[in-house]
Amino acid sequence: IIRQKNPKKKTYYAAHVMTPLLSAPGEKMAAVQDAPMELDSEKETKPEILSDGTSNLSGNTASGTLSSPPLTAGGAPKQEDQQTLIAVLQFLRRNKLTESVDILRREACLEDQEDSQTLDGSGGGKGDGDGGDANSLLSRVSIASAAAPQSTLTPIPVKSEYDQPDVSVVLSAYSQQGDPSLYQVYYTGLKNFIESVLDCHRAELSQLFYPLFVHMYLELVYNNHETKAKAFFEKFSGDQECYYQDDLQILCGLTKKEHLKGNEALLDFRTSRFVLRISRDSYQLLKRHLQERHNNQIWNIIQEHLYIDIFDGMPRSKSQIDSMSGSFAGETRREVNKAKVFYGLLKEPEIEVPLDDEDDEAENEEGKPKKKKTKKDSMGSKSKKQDPNAPQQNRIPLPELKDSDKLDKIMYMKESTKRIRLGPENLPSICFYSFLNAYQGLTAVDFTDDSSLLAGGFADSTVRVWSATPKKLRKVKSAAELNLIDKESDDVLERIMDEKTASESKNLYGHSGPVYGVSFSPDRNYLLSSSEDGTVRLWSLQTFTCLVGYKGHNYPVWDTHFSPFGYYFVSGGHDRVARLWATDHYQPLRIFAGHLADVTCTRFHPNSNYVVTGSTDRTIRLWDVLNGNCVRFFTGHKGPIHSLAFSPNGKFLASGSTDGRVLLWDIGHGLMIGELKGHTDTIYALKFSRDGEILASGSMDNTVRLWDSMKAFDDMETDDFTAATGHIPLPDNSQELLLGMYHSKSTPVTHLHFTRRNLLLAAGAYNSQ
Amino acid sequence: MAEERRQKLCSVILPTESMKAIAESVGVGSLQEESCLALSEEVSYRIKEIAQDALKFMHHGKRRKLTTGDIDHALKLKNVEPLYGFQSQEFIPFRFASGGGRELHFYEEKEVDLSDIINTPLPRVPLDVSLKVPKEQQKTDSTEPLKAVKPGQEEEGSIQTKGQGASSAEVKGKEKMRMKPRSTHELSVEQQLYYKEITEACVGSCEAKRAEALQSIATDPGLYQMLPRFSTFISEGVRVNVVQNNLALLIYLMRMVKALMDNPTLYLEKYLHELIPAVVTCIVSKQLCLRPDVDNHWALRDFAARLMAQSCKTFSTTTNNIQSRITKTFTKALLDDKTQWTTRYGCIAGLAELGHDVIKTLIIPRLSVEGARIKAVMDGPVVSNIDKIGADHVQSLLLKHCACVVAKTRPLPDMVDQYKADYGYLGTMLCSHVVKARAQAAFQAQTVNRTTLTITQPRPTLSMSQSGLSASSGSRTPNIIKVPSSLTLMSTRPGTPTQPSPPATKYIVMATSAGAASTQQVITLSSSQSGSSVTSTVPSNPTSLQPLVKLESGTTGAVSGSRPLQKYIVVSLPSSSSSLENKGSGVLPSSTSPISMESAVKLERSESPAANIQSPH
Repeated sequence: IIRQKNPKKKTYYAAHVMTPLLSAPGEKMAAVQDAPMELDSEKETKPEILSDGTSNLSGNTASGTLSSPPLTAGGAPKQEDQQTLIAVLQFLRRNKLTESVDILRREACLEDQEDSQTLDGSGGGKGDGDGGDANSLLSRVSIASAAAPQSTLTPIPVKSEYDQPDVSVVLSAYSQQGDPSLYQVYYTGLKNFIESVLDCHRAELSQLFYPLFVHMYLELVYNNHETKAKAFFEKFSGDQECYYQDDLQILCGLTKKEHLKGNEALLDFRTSRFVLRISRDSYQLLKRHLQERHNNQIWNIIQEHLYIDIFDGMPRSKSQIDSMSGSFAGETRREVNKAKVFYGLLKEPEIEVPLDDEDDEAENEEGKPKKKKTKKDSMGSKSKKQDPNAPQQNRIPLPELKDSDKLDKIMYMKESTKRIRLGPENLPSICFYSFLNAYQGLTAVDFTDDSSLLAGGFADSTVRVWSATPKKLRKVKSAAELNLIDKESDDVLERIMDEKTASESKNLYGHSGPVYGVSFSPDRNYLLSSSEDGTVRLWSLQTFTCLVGYKGHNYPVWDTHFSPFGYYFVSGGHDRVARLWATDHYQPLRIFAGHLADVTCTRFHPNSNYVVTGSTDRTIRLWDVLNGNCVRFFTGHKGPIHSLAFSPNGKFLASGSTDGRVLLWDIGHGLMIGELKGHTDTIYALKFSRDGEILASGSMDNTVRLWDSMKAFDDMETDDFTAATGHIPLPDNSQELLLGMYHSKSTPVTHLHFTRRNLLLAAGAYNSQ
Repeated sequence: MAEERRQKLCSVILPTESMKAIAESVGVGSLQEESCLALSEEVSYRIKEIAQDALKFMHHGKRRKLTTGDIDHALKLKNVEPLYGFQSQEFIPFRFASGGGRELHFYEEKEVDLSDIINTPLPRVPLDVSLKVPKEQQKTDSTEPLKAVKPGQEEEGSIQTKGQGASSAEVKGKEKMRMKPRSTHELSVEQQLYYKEITEACVGSCEAKRAEALQSIATDPGLYQMLPRFSTFISEGVRVNVVQNNLALLIYLMRMVKALMDNPTLYLEKYLHELIPAVVTCIVSKQLCLRPDVDNHWALRDFAARLMAQSCKTFSTTTNNIQSRITKTFTKALLDDKTQWTTRYGCIAGLAELGHDVIKTLIIPRLSVEGARIKAVMDGPVVSNIDKIGADHVQSLLLKHCACVVAKTRPLPDMVDQYKADYGYLGTMLCSHVVKARAQAAFQAQTVNRTTLTITQPRPTLSMSQSGLSASSGSRTPNIIKVPSSLTLMSTRPGTPTQPSPPATKYIVMATSAGAASTQQVITLSSSQSGSSVTSTVPSNPTSLQPLVKLESGTTGAVSGSRPLQKYIVVSLPSSSSSLENKGSGVLPSSTSPISMESAVKLERSESPAANIQSPH
């Protein structure tokens, strides 16, 4: 079996990871591409060779030795150790017949995640930091010896669809059971202890309740103590934080061992270690308590299923903890967000802007020539200076600018000189596009950047494109008719259009399920749509036909988004991965795996080097397009994330979720820097104004709210120090930052868009009920 | 709170009875209790799982309501074949039944005959999705400063802004939101009395009182509060009296409309929805009087048509488009072959009053058609007398209005043959009318230099004759009818024996009453061109000391101000002509008119008494 699987795995691997990002631009990009890719592939192939030779027995011994060398906390593990670890793990996986896809998911994922998984066996050691705690080490070893084969196998991520054997492996970790009747006693003991500690530690230690509760409950369920599990749940579920409601609801229905097998969410909970961030003092307190009581049951769970990120300093307050927690898998580990992110914007290509004299004169007449002058200068200088935080211009190969793109850029520059400067005293006008007779079927909306087209995705599988200007939509003539056209004539572009087809809107048919995401290409030639039927479709806006159906997600695709430079796009769906595609490849170039639940929304960073995804697991991840790594991991939302928006300068990110809150993030430092409360329902639309001064949010509660994002960002002083501690005090200033709230009668806001002149366009379907 | 939550989280499990019932329905007779329990737990769990997945679809569908479609999609996720047939959008009608100690909720599925479905007519296609954008904001490209459009317009109803800077916006938004409080206008007792008196006088039998009342309506500045009541009074009155064919009352009501329009302090725009239908009814109604062959309802139509034209001129805007809507209505009726002569007359009159351009574009092209129609009636077998009268009126109306327009627009040689070719049956008569009109114009040009009295008078007025004589001279109905009849007389209809003079000339006679004893002044007005005019006369009444104003109105020259129209006021005065002038202008209801019309008034002293005043038909 091993022999058979190997080649398959290799080819798959090659197809995906080795795919160069862009084949078109040629040598330049090939050069760029070669270096990092080589490195990657070398690393990945090495373990294969290693593992080929190892036997089952050696695998076991390897796992045994693993637990003994204590690793220093936070420090980089030795390269060689890591290699062996990977090797052994891979062998074991293969031995257990894990599908190769699965491993590839791992590979595509973060390296540190790999670490955490591989280090599972010695997780406690890492947590201890000093590594001096002999006692804990001892207990670890004893456990390891008791259930050695299983416990080291646990880290494999599981897709229940294909790997039944693995499920049992994952679950079997629970088989080492104590007395089920004592679980309540244990939990109560811990509860009493935490309630008795000093206030400053209580909040931090309270974080333990939820993961412990869940794990203990699952253990009870797994070991068939159904009534005990129920009693346990009844007794303690009320103590959990309210933002875990959704998870508890899932849990409460789950009372049988068999149920566990099909439940991906809980398998994920089990496999990913719940991350807690606790100060050193609090942790010592906890440890001492558990050792005194010889409360091994709880200690085991902490060791095996939790990851305790210990930091030096003051224990955090309740509100600080609450602001960051709530995700499915606990908080962010600090080191996860340490990676450098090039959030700066790419240098604008230099384009000769023909100075239009007439235009100038008109401006003068309007009496604001000064303003224009200064603006122009600043724009010019900005584009010439390279932003230190910007990625290399060709870090990601980008398509070359066509003439039409240059024209569009010029248009954009002209428009931007006429842009209204927004601010608290100068709020944007809002123009609301209401969809009538949509019968609750409007599921997605997008505008082109120049606000000339509007696309709507509907639950009846159609995509409709409207012209937002008086200009009608026309198809290109048929091939036969095109032959008759004089190709030399000046207005050939006009001649190829079929006047007979002019209409205000066009329908695009092709999907076989509700369309959940639409996105225009920046050059307005293409439209992407993603649907319940598992495909992403690319439509031509010249012929209004479907060009490609991208198949890859087997489950509903919740969102898709074009890169700001075109060519690439990202999609995310129910299969819990986000995929990066290029329009001319029918297979994805990157698969971003790591989310524990559906990927609900996807957005490209303005510089196209990063992709951000929001998920039902209540986390946000930022992925590097170049190497597929997760470079930022944000927790703090208390509900599935349904909207994301980058600030125009690329430094900040805003996210909105079903809990009605907007969170603001500093990408460079990897910190949450603001919380905007006010909405009472899911936020489906977020958009920064063109200059980033205003953040507009639109929600299911029929309101558009405008926030002073400038103030929110300025108030927050983020430096490297705060980044090191990983948390900053968040002022509760939502009310000050709220600049305006606008109600529609009965129209949930589905999409928001700022025109190039900073007029805010909103769209939604009028709901007559 | 914790308590509540715990309650909610209690896992609900389907009753085992359900399992039994379902098992029976699929043919499994006996199911052990344990199996039922195991099944129900399993099923409950799976149902919850599916419901949780379905919620995802609901969220992504951006809805608040879970639909059967969401469940289908969730089932599809789990690789379960979806339930077919659950297309119910809003409400799934579960029914309850009990019996045999069991209680059941079930979904009633009826057997459906396919042919029934096929044969039923298709339901109406639901409306297609459309996009609505507030109009003034549509031009997103425009360079206008965005501040011009404040947020919170159109659908964005209310606005709540925070922060000091936005306080002005806040105020603005609030103002926008505040609805004008609905207030009932209570009329004071005096006003109620006044209203009662006025309305009674307007429709009462006493002509003197009516004149006073109309005068009051036309001049009183404080009527605004009563305007809605007047307008309702008129609209109701017309509705009732049209049914009863009460011509007299309809005339009174139209005179009220006229008076209201004359009042410079009233702005009728908000009441046009009541007044215009009333007026149009009086123009085009099939029957307005009990004896269509005898009664002169034509005058009412003419008068109402002038009112209509007047209100078009005053109130038509690009938003309400009154003029074009009215024009359309008239034209439509005119084009209809089945339209009766009465209505046809009204339509033509209504259109003609709207001005020369309308005549030129809408009526003249129809001349030959209408001519043929008239010919059919005139020359054809004897039909009803009514039709004949109607055709006759229509013919004279057409000739009157078209002649002056044709005279203006058509190059000179007036050849009968050509006219015949161009206009058919009416060509001959039209030719002669045109010739007359041209002659008249020439004559006019000469006479202008003579002694002239120019009086500008703004609006058409229906003559009111007030005198003890007429008031006492009999029942009111005939009296009323008499007045209009004199109007038509004045119109240029060939074959009116008593009117030998060219059409445009009218004589109005004024009786002086004062100390000058029986001296009467006759003023001859000669207008340059024909137009419908109303003449009224005042019988000399030596006993009455009150100076009388008589007036009449010319057509409202709708479009071209160049056309000199006529209107004449006849004033009874003591002696000298100079004082006549003063008095005349002094008594005029209102003094300004958009188009000042020139008229030549020839004053003549005549010893003849009021003999020629009341010209018989």
